[in-house]
Amino acid sequence: MDDLNQYQPFEVDQHLTAHGNYWAGRAGSRFYRALRDRRRILGSPCRNCRKVFWPPRSICTFCFSELREMVEIGPLGTVETFTLVTYAEPVHPRPAPFIYAVIRLDGADTGMAHFLDEVEYERVHVGMRVRPVFAPQRKGNILDILYFKPL
Amino acid sequence: MTVGVGKKRVAICAVAQLKNDPDLWHTRFQGMLLEILEDLQRQTGFRYGEGGVEQIVSVSDDFLDARTISNNGVQDVLGGQYLAEEKMAQEGLNAIGYANAVILSGHKDVVLIMGHCKESQGESRNLITNCGFDPFYGRAVGLDYLNAAGLQARAYMAKSGLTDDHLARIVARSRQWAAKNPYANARETLPPGKVKASPMLCDPIRQLHAYPVSDGAVGLLLASEERAREYTDRPVWITGFANAMDAFFFGDRDLTSNFALKKAAAKACERAGIRDLKGAADVVEVMDCYAYQQPMWMEGLGFCGDGEGARFIDEGGPGKYRVNLSGGALAGNPMIIAGLYRAVEAALQLKGEAGDHQVPDARCAVAHSTNGPAGQFHSVLILEA
Repeated sequence: MDDLNQYQPFEVDQHLTAHGNYWAGRAGSRFYRALRDRRRILGSPCRNCRKVFWPPRSICTFCFSELREMVEIGPLGTVETFTLVTYAEPVHPRPAPFIYAVIRLDGADTGMAHFLDEVEYERVHVGMRVRPVFAPQRKGNILDILYFKPL
Repeated sequence: MTVGVGKKRVAICAVAQLKNDPDLWHTRFQGMLLEILEDLQRQTGFRYGEGGVEQIVSVSDDFLDARTISNNGVQDVLGGQYLAEEKMAQEGLNAIGYANAVILSGHKDVVLIMGHCKESQGESRNLITNCGFDPFYGRAVGLDYLNAAGLQARAYMAKSGLTDDHLARIVARSRQWAAKNPYANARETLPPGKVKASPMLCDPIRQLHAYPVSDGAVGLLLASEERAREYTDRPVWITGFANAMDAFFFGDRDLTSNFALKKAAAKACERAGIRDLKGAADVVEVMDCYAYQQPMWMEGLGFCGDGEGARFIDEGGPGKYRVNLSGGALAGNPMIIAGLYRAVEAALQLKGEAGDHQVPDARCAVAHSTNGPAGQFHSVLILEA
């Protein structure tokens, strides 16, 4: 290793900014329109496998059949697991501390990771029933659901 | 039927690792790799080109290096400018799986694997792992590997009976062993009480339950059985390798099932012709980035029953099965190459070169790695002396 005192190493500051646009897909486009325009949460049923998926998708995860139909799921759901985030990152949409939970919406077979609020952390438990709070001005992204709160 | 590798065998001839460090800000990763390369050349005297190293597998990550085609920035240091050089952008243990396939296929006889990562370079590794989620639902709510681990930790601790007390003991034991490993990052011993007093990061994960930010580099020289003796008197044989991936969407997964790890372990054992890994392995290196993961991955590898992680710790499983005598990932290895560090440690044990943490007469070792949020993807490597 070089003698650091002798040549005094230097770091350059780097800042990368990378905004981009993704097509949300066939199922995702329908999901976001329904969420933004009608406050409805959609999932994709597979009649073969008797499963309803969230996020909605065009191909079944298990049997690979094409999924064209969409059904409304939730809006009520059940907490499957949760955590209290006490560190801050610029990509967090909310300031720490905040609660994340995996929520199984009624009628769905897969979970949604989202925020819990209007609840004391000590009261949160697996099996807790929750409902979504929608943003008054919705933009067509997952934060159109502001958070979930207990029934 | 056993899907064996036939009569051909592949050897790990030599390994080299850089001491893991919290912040090698004054060294470029090219310089780190050069140290590793010169170490391997000192050990084996290997040369490039026909009759020597004809293929290089590099391991790095574009996001962590903050540039595209990250291997392009190191190709000259690795000696790859006139050779076949390919990059493994998945967890580094898969570079060994790939090099193994290259040699078994008869394509090349001698392959050099070189991996690097500086977690300290970016503002936060959580910003990098946030991009490991889908752009529509996961990234947008701010998920990263740490908070995903928090969600998994709670679910697994409920299933297995693991407590804050168990986690503190796991970290304290990791540090005791790390103190004997000159290459570990966090080498100062920690009493369990201090671990339990450390602040919560992502409940139930405390600050000291999470692996420290780490920079490192690592290299291995692999050769076919016919050529291995040119480079070493103590070859370590690759007898089984497999990987498996769980579902893409986080909410699709049963976070406590060890779905992918069980599949990877079963396939690796089948290839190695091992029925009972627990009985066969003399040393195990698992990639435990968070304390709860050590018993959980051991469960997935079949060293204890489903949901018996707490009992495994209570009954001294980590000592009995010689788990992570290097200190493990908990003592600090950078992501992307933490699995390669596991393999290097496993190989050193089988060569009898593990120094103060050497297990006498180790004949069979397991190296495990994971990538993706909360153990989405797992790789298992079985090595034999």
